[in-house]
Amino acid sequence: MPLGAFKAALMGTAGVATETVVLLHDTDYSGASTASITSGIDSTYGHYIFKFYNINPSGDGETFKFQVNATDTADYNDVPITSAVWVAYHTPNNSFAAVTYQGAADQAQATTFQALPDGFSSDADHHGSGTLHLFNPSSTTYAKHFYSKWQYSASWNESVSTQHIAGYLNTTTAIDDIQFKFGSGTFDGTIKMWGVK
Amino acid sequence: MTMKLLTTNTSSGAASSSFTSKIDNTYKLYIFKFYDVNPATDNSFFTFQANVVDASGYNETITSTFFSAYHDEADGNTDLQYEAARDQAEATGFQYLTNGVGNGADESCAGELYLFNPSNTTYVKHFYSRASEYYSGDYIIDNYAAGYINATGAVDDIQFKFSSGNMDGVIKMYGVG
Repeated sequence: MPLGAFKAALMGTAGVATETVVLLHDTDYSGASTASITSGIDSTYGHYIFKFYNINPSGDGETFKFQVNATDTADYNDVPITSAVWVAYHTPNNSFAAVTYQGAADQAQATTFQALPDGFSSDADHHGSGTLHLFNPSSTTYAKHFYSKWQYSASWNESVSTQHIAGYLNTTTAIDDIQFKFGSGTFDGTIKMWGVK
Repeated sequence: MTMKLLTTNTSSGAASSSFTSKIDNTYKLYIFKFYDVNPATDNSFFTFQANVVDASGYNETITSTFFSAYHDEADGNTDLQYEAARDQAEATGFQYLTNGVGNGADESCAGELYLFNPSNTTYVKHFYSRASEYYSGDYIIDNYAAGYINATGAVDDIQFKFSSGNMDGVIKMYGVG
């Protein structure tokens, strides 16, 4: 089966509510400072999947990030996040390659924006694509688990990097908003969100 | 072709969560999604095993790898490590999907297990999983397990349970054609 057909089988198709996986958000961003999704995250689904395509920042070396709002908060600065991050990388000049923990990108009960891939290249043909899974954000009992995987071009030696991020949103209040942005500047790219029944 | 929700098991104080129907040759890929999975006993390990057709006891032979990345809330410990204590080498025990999950009121684990073509009667059955957990020592642990069920008989049952005690949580099984 072609890759595109497999993806459609798993993720549905824009505008089509499949039996199990429903596309809830599909936006192409151009020169945007933030991408906020403020509807559609509720108790309807126990699992939300975000896909990022061709994310390209205006500033070199910037980090793509996310934070959330609980239902009783705003401004994306109240929910503590504890996270772990690791990366595999290889430079085109074949000088550097490794798998390592990425301490600069993790958080320990911090309420700041959580890094997804860090240190993006802003070259015209460079970008990043990835997936973020968020489990049962409407729970009012448990902390909310998430994990993410990205493939992107980093500014450091233009390395090809695969970054893995996981953590929990350490609140028992339901989450209903999520925002993505770079540390500074603007970005282009497409962000989609699905709910999985 | 679509991803179809086949079964939802919602457990409360259960010793295990078993899927004993609908795993057949209808689908080549089965995905198990689990969340809000909370053990009654602190520092218990979330695990799974399988039965081939006509077998019972959830004791098929598994060879697997396991690694994790972790970080504590106190910001004192981080690592990316292979965990030999969580893998199996032709063993029949339950395969670890996590480390020791906390039993605190807000603590749980969540993740996915992919099982490929369990009804095949020629090849061993490959699986891989990723699970985020609230470790009992107040860490995030990002767990990766992968391996194969070393049986050429068709697999038709899957069971999840903690290494000790009962569990709460939701586990859903999907078929992908």
